[in-house]
Amino acid sequence: MLRFIVQRLGQTVIVLFVVSLIVFSLVHLTPGDPVDAVFSGQNVTAQQKDEYRHQLGLDKSLPQQYLAFAGGAVRGDLGTSLRSGRPVWSMIATTLPATLELVLAALVIAIVIAVPVAIVSALRQGSVWDRTGSFAALFGISMPSFWLGMMLILVFSVSLHLFPASGRLSIDTGLSQLSGLLLLDSALQGNWQAFVSGLQHLALPALTLGAAIAATLTRILRSGLLEVKDQDYVEALWARGLSFWQVLRHMMRNALPATVIVMGVRIGVLLGGAIVVETVFSWPGMGRLIVDSIRSRDYPVVQGAVLAMAVVFVLFNLATDLLHGWLDPRVKHTKVSA
Amino acid sequence: MNRLRRTYQFLGGSWPIAFAMMVIVIFVVVGVLAPVLAPQDPNAQDLVARLQPPLSPGHVLGTDVLGRDVLSRLIYGTRVSLVVGFTAVALAGVLGVVVGLVSGYFGGWVDSVFMRVVDAWLAFPFLLMAIAIVAILGPGLKNIVIALAITGWVVHARLVRGETLSLREREFVLSARGLGASRPAIMVQHILPNILAPILVVATLELGVVIVTEASLSFLGLGADASQSSWGQTLADGRAYITQAWWLVTLPGLAIFVVVLAVNVLGDGIRDALDPRLQSRRNADTPV
Repeated sequence: MLRFIVQRLGQTVIVLFVVSLIVFSLVHLTPGDPVDAVFSGQNVTAQQKDEYRHQLGLDKSLPQQYLAFAGGAVRGDLGTSLRSGRPVWSMIATTLPATLELVLAALVIAIVIAVPVAIVSALRQGSVWDRTGSFAALFGISMPSFWLGMMLILVFSVSLHLFPASGRLSIDTGLSQLSGLLLLDSALQGNWQAFVSGLQHLALPALTLGAAIAATLTRILRSGLLEVKDQDYVEALWARGLSFWQVLRHMMRNALPATVIVMGVRIGVLLGGAIVVETVFSWPGMGRLIVDSIRSRDYPVVQGAVLAMAVVFVLFNLATDLLHGWLDPRVKHTKVSA
Repeated sequence: MNRLRRTYQFLGGSWPIAFAMMVIVIFVVVGVLAPVLAPQDPNAQDLVARLQPPLSPGHVLGTDVLGRDVLSRLIYGTRVSLVVGFTAVALAGVLGVVVGLVSGYFGGWVDSVFMRVVDAWLAFPFLLMAIAIVAILGPGLKNIVIALAITGWVVHARLVRGETLSLREREFVLSARGLGASRPAIMVQHILPNILAPILVVATLELGVVIVTEASLSFLGLGADASQSSWGQTLADGRAYITQAWWLVTLPGLAIFVVVLAVNVLGDGIRDALDPRLQSRRNADTPV
């Protein structure tokens, strides 16, 4: 297992290097000068622009700039925002927990919906339950998340006034931030008013994002269970008189590795979806930070935030691969293909 | 031929798939005939008739905040979605097929280099990369198509590479090689026709992904410009008026949903028809 983990970590380092190259190229392939964009409409002399360019290190050669960028990124220094002058790192630090909270909540919702549906669908293949579940999953993967989000706002916020349509927390809760994960922070501080408010604000965005994932997860897990359902060992378990739950445990154990692998790749879709869902619900996370900074052409922020999202994605993938290795003992005994 | 006949029979024999095909054909016809079918100019403003609800006189699906006819905008939006979708998938497909064929057929270091590039590409969330590329190129339909092709080719490349690897040592390829056929001829004339079926499946399912991504980019304000009335754009415009005008966010989204659902049903159907092994698990996941 140790050898497997080391090999997988080695690959992750290479991928992160390539990712940093791509992200760096983003800014330097951009047509137009970012400094011109910052000072557009202002009365600034060419000399002042040159000084500013020098200050940002934009007058150095590309390899030097890349080394400065990569070195800074490793130390946690991603430059400063052209608009607000704040360090990019601190902007990410305040928005990343919001995105993580949303993504984790969506994952929980997806698992809660998808696992029972997939099990019933697979074990009662061809039944009304199976057809309904499969059709619902097909609906789920076909529905654009921003549209589902707005439909939920129309029904639950505008018509029924059950949940708030935007933001993360009511302003009057007096919660001081520790981890940035508001539900965790409010529970740790025993501030239940903030906890309930956080939960209410989280409900619709998490459901929106979770529905899309639930749809994919249902389809993958159902097909995984169908593959193992008719195998000899399952027949043997039934014949030995094991209970339903015991047999199911064996089936899940064999269907899960493939599910985990596919879901690992799908995490990218989840993070991408988060960008859109955050915009719909004015959720102050990384997605909104990226979209807002693209609109204001604040490239250091775009560069840093895209890098941070890509790193989160790579780490999620690493985690799912390690989980896969743990679930499926065959993986860690075979050589990892690069 | 056998496969094609089987596909035809399968498609004809299943009503959801036949229905899905009909829906797609209708959308294509609406897109092509948009100037004839649209009751009004999609950009003609009538500030006196702002935010008219559906079934208002002269506006079957109502008007938006500038008094533009929603039905006309949706009809022209069909054009944008389908043109972007088909073009981006075609471009991504061609790029992916070329890379996949070369990578799979030649193997060795060529394969290693291409597959490392594919890995790095897949290390980016799809939408994030599309957003990043549009941020570089600037908004606009042409740039969206380029961004979607640049992000989407890896799916085709991985598939084609895998299929090519499994075919390149088969007898018919070896005999073509023995008869002195050139490498490009073997790849194009012998291997490609045998992997068209899975390419078709992936291309169909990718069409759905691409249409949603285009709408998402337009929704985020990075897509078509205001005059092009794409579905995502119309939806984004209506967002600020969600409390007053439900139809502005509901109808364009419904159009996206219906066309993507039809594309997914069709993609699933073709996959099942072409691979009898899959028929027992018809709702397996879309290829990644």
